[in-house]
Order: sequence, then structure tokens, then C-alpha cells
Amino acid sequence: MGETVQKPTVPEQAGPPAAESTAATREPLLEVDHVTLRFGGVVALNDVDFTLYKGEILGLIGPNGAGKTTCFNAMTGIYQPSEGEIRFRGERITGKKKHQITKLGMARTFQNIRLFPEMTALENIQVGADAHHKTSVLSALFRLPRHHREERDGREKAERLLDFVGIPGRMHDLARNLSYGEQRRLEIARALATDPVLLCLDEPAAGFNPAEKEELLQLIRKIRDQGVTVLLIEHDMRLVMGVTDRIVVLEFGKKIADGLPAEVREDHRVIAAYLGVPDDDVA
Amino acid sequence: MTSVREWIYSGRHAVSERWHHAPRWMRWAVIAAVIVFFYALPNREFYQWLGPIPTTGSNFGQVLFTISIYVLLAVGLNIVVGFAGLLDLGYFGFFAVGAYTVAVLTSPSSDLKTLWPWLLALPVALVLTMISGVMLGTPTLRLRGDYLAIVTLGFAEMIRVAATSSEFLKGQRGFNQIPHPPGSYADGKPIFGVLDPRPYYWLVLTLIILVVIGVRNLNRSRVGRAWISIREDEDAAQLMGVPTFKFKLWAFASGAFIGGLAGALFAGKQNFVSSQNLELLNSIIILAAVILGGSGNIVGAIVGGGLVAYMIERFRGIELLGIQLYEYRFMFFGLVLVVMMIFRPQGLIPNRRRAAEFKDRRKEVIVGG
Repeated sequence: MGETVQKPTVPEQAGPPAAESTAATREPLLEVDHVTLRFGGVVALNDVDFTLYKGEILGLIGPNGAGKTTCFNAMTGIYQPSEGEIRFRGERITGKKKHQITKLGMARTFQNIRLFPEMTALENIQVGADAHHKTSVLSALFRLPRHHREERDGREKAERLLDFVGIPGRMHDLARNLSYGEQRRLEIARALATDPVLLCLDEPAAGFNPAEKEELLQLIRKIRDQGVTVLLIEHDMRLVMGVTDRIVVLEFGKKIADGLPAEVREDHRVIAAYLGVPDDDVA
Repeated sequence: MTSVREWIYSGRHAVSERWHHAPRWMRWAVIAAVIVFFYALPNREFYQWLGPIPTTGSNFGQVLFTISIYVLLAVGLNIVVGFAGLLDLGYFGFFAVGAYTVAVLTSPSSDLKTLWPWLLALPVALVLTMISGVMLGTPTLRLRGDYLAIVTLGFAEMIRVAATSSEFLKGQRGFNQIPHPPGSYADGKPIFGVLDPRPYYWLVLTLIILVVIGVRNLNRSRVGRAWISIREDEDAAQLMGVPTFKFKLWAFASGAFIGGLAGALFAGKQNFVSSQNLELLNSIIILAAVILGGSGNIVGAIVGGGLVAYMIERFRGIELLGIQLYEYRFMFFGLVLVVMMIFRPQGLIPNRRRAAEFKDRRKEVIVGG
């Protein structure tokens, strides 16, 4: 089984089995091109290389400390790769500012929730919606028509998104007063408000019970059905297997597998990474 | 102590609840009444009925003018500290830039000898203070928290030292005969003269109202949300598409604008500007005013600025057991700050968000036993 996965990834492998005909039309959305990231002597990402295609749900998994979040951070502009580059929608984003990358259509959530705690749920989402607004300080100061138009637009979008993620009643509550699960949902809504093409979810199910996880699964599928490509970091193997089209596995900053969920599950290196290897198998 | 805090809190909370649920017309009526009250305040016919409120040791109109300048400064600093969360310890530096620009352009003791009228120098002063805000902000706004605080502190000191020792800025001798704002009554007497401080107060009061409307508009827009998101979590804000650097610069520039306005008004009233006006203490007083009033709340900043300035002036001319209380005014001021930070760390009129936070904490304490 391992051999199938170690072959270089070709688009056919990426799609669902029935989608072979569409393989040629699959458009790469995000290309992580041989990215290496060092912090002093520590190599956090070592020649990581994978491509994310439009419309899929890609899982990024790996044991703790494998470099999953680091990879997210490199993609969203928090870290700059030491080597290699990242292309998004064909454009090189290495070296771009964080807010510019967001404007290009990449949005993310955080492993440890990072909402704006003293703003209401509505305001949190409005901040996301403002990413594409152009109201200047002057038009805000004098309440020019653009301010009113964009304010209305942001508000409507926020209401729609609160409804979409399933917390419509919490509009005027402070983010810090929402329950844990609601905060996770609000974070997704805030990210969606920036009109992303690619949504990166960093362990969105952390701390969820099975029922909540199931709801989250539905939500992720719903997001994909809206035409948003999803990159998902997740620990829960069942959730990952259930929702992703394709999986990339990292271990110690290196990619060790890339393929369909069924293939990855059988890959001996992945099993070894998650469960450890008997001593006689080493070497 | 908890119960005292409880009592203070519940009282304020009831008022704010009632305020937020009051019909619109009623709120406007209250605001209008407050504004009328403050316009009427410097008239002897009015304030003689107010018991111990008017100051005894100095002209009440003059005191009100000083208070109004502090209020204006507090409203400006509140943008920087309260909204955007940038700790600026050198805010008074912008006041200095405004006052000195007017002085240099208008005073006969200036080397420039331009002798402009006050009104012509005003826009130049405002633009220059905004530029100085951007100039200070561009290299320094990459710093955060304590580091930014130290740099801004240095900025105010630089301005003070430059004013003290540069020949061009005249040091302690200062600039005299700075012209007053224009305008005259029907009988030809100038509105803004030397003897009557009230017109200056009315002018500043009017400008405060305009500035507050502007700041409120900004706060309730994309700009205000960007500022607050920066205060809450700068990295997350940037990842949500907020150009944080740009909006931090705007916070600095808007704050500087208001500081410069206060400086220009002060110069126009006082006739005289020298390096003695530029103590570090002023920056600290304004920051204390913002925090005392309730950081992040415009009304809080107004109340804080007003109370702090009034408190300091109120001691003038009061003698107790042979001691001039005015000499100890900053001791009382410090005492009030300490007491405030124990009983109401969120400020007198905290912003809606902060109020909720402290309310929750209180609940947690109760639940926890």
C-alpha cells in the first residue's frame, strides 16, 4: 500500500475515483512548493511540498509538533519560508503582508480561539467583512454614502453568516460570553466574512463531543458546497476520514504521505508515525 | 469592600440600563440640557446658585477654560489609548507642536516675523501636528505595549528639550503677543479679549462638541472596529484583513490632530507660550484622566478630563490648618487614582464592552464563593 502513496501525487489520485474525467480541469489553488522553514537550528518545515485543488477538502494531519500549524502560519504570512515559496491562485504570496493574503481570498481560524473578546459577535464578523470594504477615514467621519452602504452590507452579511454557522441568536452578545462551541462557530463565521476562496481550519473540533463534531462535519461540507475550498488540520482521525477528499500527512516537519483517505489510513509510515514502530522495524 | 464595590456598580449599572432603554427623544433632551448647562456655567448669574462647585481661588471662567482644554486632550488621547490600545505617554507633545506652530507663525518675538493672524496659523498648526503624529508613528508603531510607551515618552521629552534649548523656539523666554482668535461684537469690542475668559471657553466647548461628533462617527464605523480589533488582538486583526499599521497611524494622526487643536487654542487664549508649559506631568495627567474616566469611552474621557482638571484647580486658595492645599494637589490626585483603581478599575464610565467584562468577573467571584 505504501508504494501507491509514495508515488508523486498526480491529479487523478487527488479526486474522488469517479472524477477522473475532471482531473484535467482541476485547477491548483494553493501550491506549497518545497517550503523549508527554520527557526535558528530547528527545522520546523523540511521541504514540504503539496498542492491544494479548487473545490476539495484537504486534511493536514500529523502527530503533535509535526508542523501543521507552522505550515498554516507560513501560508497566511505569519512566518516567511526560509526556502521555497507558496503560490495562491497562481500568485506568489511569500513575502506578502497578512492582510493582503486575506484579501486575496485566504481565511483562517485558530487552534486556540482568537476572537476579539470585547466585541459583539456581530462586530467580530463585521471586522471580517470590512476586509473588502473601502470606507476611508473621511467617509466614516462625515458619514458619506459609501459608509452607509458598506455598513449595511457588513451587517446583512454578518446576520446571514451567524445564521449559516447556527448561532443566529447571539448577534449582540460579546464574543467572550459565548460558549466554547459557539466561539468556534463564530470564528468560522468571521473567517467566512472575508469572502475566502480557501478556508483554513486549525483543529476546529478540538474539545468537541461526538455530537458537536458531527454538526461541525455538516458545517464543513456546507461550506464546501458554497464553493469554498477547505484545508483542515485535525487530530480526530474519524472526522478527517469522514470529511476530507485527500490527506497530507506531516511528521517532524516532513511530508510523509499524500493521498486519498483510504490510502493514507493503510500507509505503514502514517501508522508508524501515529502509533510508533516496533524496534525491529526501525532502519 | 466587595459590597461597596457591588453597591457602586449596581448604582451605575441601573443608570446606564435606564439610559440605554430610554426613548430617543428623551436621550436627546438630556444631552441638550447638559450642553445648555455647560454653556451657561461660566456666567456668574448662573453659577452663584451652584454652592461650592465654582472655584474660590481663581476666576471660574478661567478654570473652565483650562478644564475644557483638558477635556479636549482626553477625548483625543482616548482614541489612541482607549480605542486602538496604543499606550502613548507623550501625548502632550502634540499639544506642544500645535501651540508652538501658532506661536512661531504669529508672534512678533518669532524669528520668522510672519505675524500671521491666529485663524490663518490654525490650519497650518493642525496639519503640522498630524504630520508630526505620522512621523512619530511610522517608525514606532511597529513596536508594541511597553516599548511604544517608552518611545512616545521620549518624543515628548525631545519636544520639551528642543523648546527649552533651541534659540529658534526661545526657551523659557517664550513667545509673547500671540494674537487672539478673530471676531468682534456689534460695538466693535473684540470677542476674544484679555479680560473675559468666557468666549474662549465657549469656543473650546463648541469645538469639543464637533470633535466628539466626529470621533463618535469614526468609532461607529469600519475605522472604529479596526481600532478596537487591533486593541483586542493585533495579529488576529491583521489575519482578518485589517491593515493594522495604516489604522494605527490613523489613530495617532487623529489623536495628534485633536492635541494640536488644543495647543493652538491654548496659544490663542494665553498670548504666551514658553517651554514652561511643557511638563511631562501634563502627559501623565491626561492619561490618568482617560483611565479614570473609563478608557475606550468618549463620555468617560470627557468626564475624566473634566474631573481631573477641576480637582487640581479646586484646591487653589483653600487653606486648612494653615496649609495651602493647592501645594498638595497632586498628592490628592494620586490618592484619588489609587482609590479608583481599587474600587473601579474600569473607570467611572467604562465602555459597554469593558463594563460587561467586569460584570462577568463579578459573577465569577460570586459563583466561586
